Amino acid sequence: MKLELSDHDTLRIVTVPEARIDAAVALRFKEAMRMATEGGPDHVVLDLGQVRFVDSSGLGAIVAAMKQMGAGRRLDLAGLTPDVAKVFRLTRMDTVFVIHADAAAPLPRAAG
Amino acid sequence: MSWVMQRRIVAHEGAVRDLLAALRARLRALGETEETCGTVEIVIAEALNNIVEHAYGGTGGEIALDMARETGGLCCILRDRGHPLPGLRLPEGTAPPAVTPRESLPEGGFGWFLIRALTERLDYARADGENRLTLHFGPGTGPDLRR
Repeated sequence: MKLELSDHDTLRIVTVPEARIDAAVALRFKEAMRMATEGGPDHVVLDLGQVRFVDSSGLGAIVAAMKQMGAGRRLDLAGLTPDVAKVFRLTRMDTVFVIHADAAAPLPRAAG
Repeated sequence: MSWVMQRRIVAHEGAVRDLLAALRARLRALGETEETCGTVEIVIAEALNNIVEHAYGGTGGEIALDMARETGGLCCILRDRGHPLPGLRLPEGTAPPAVTPRESLPEGGFGWFLIRALTERLDYARADGENRLTLHFGPGTGPDLRR
């Protein structure tokens, strides 16, 4: 699975350019996340704005992606679409991650 | 009761994705809300994944989906000829832990919890080498958060 990366000072935004993180791609997603976050900034934001569907396998892979980053590092989520937000809310995994409305939210504002 | 959809697929992830897309399109065309479409899709996805991975152990087989609209709401019957549920019983599907150290966060086991949280009633039966899972959805108003 190809993930899109963009670094902003101390933050890395990882964008998932796929509509589904499900049983069909969960393992590939987890591996792609490992490569996308290995040795990079401690603070990573996973942009799920294009993802319309996450099942329990996908949810598990997102949790695994956070765990494999290790202590002292942080994985936030951004842009949860309605059905994805529902799964996180029902399983209470929305209390485990900091969730931003969109990927731009955690970026520092440019000085005016 | 009226049939909404009747399909047969091979138990493979690609076929599951196609079936879910067709199901969603059908429900949308029938005027169901996005909320209901989302609820049905996640429940059926989880149930189908269980059949692919556990009933058939990833070796394939046929899955039959029959969805109808009853007075109380949508009802879906999934049939397969794979392994029975352990103990011929529906799993409890207990809720994931609310507060837990990061290292011990579970990476799986949410499937049956989601199925139970988003359906009104579940029935499981096995006869003549066939598993039959009946999922009753409530009156299209979204998940019952009291559960």
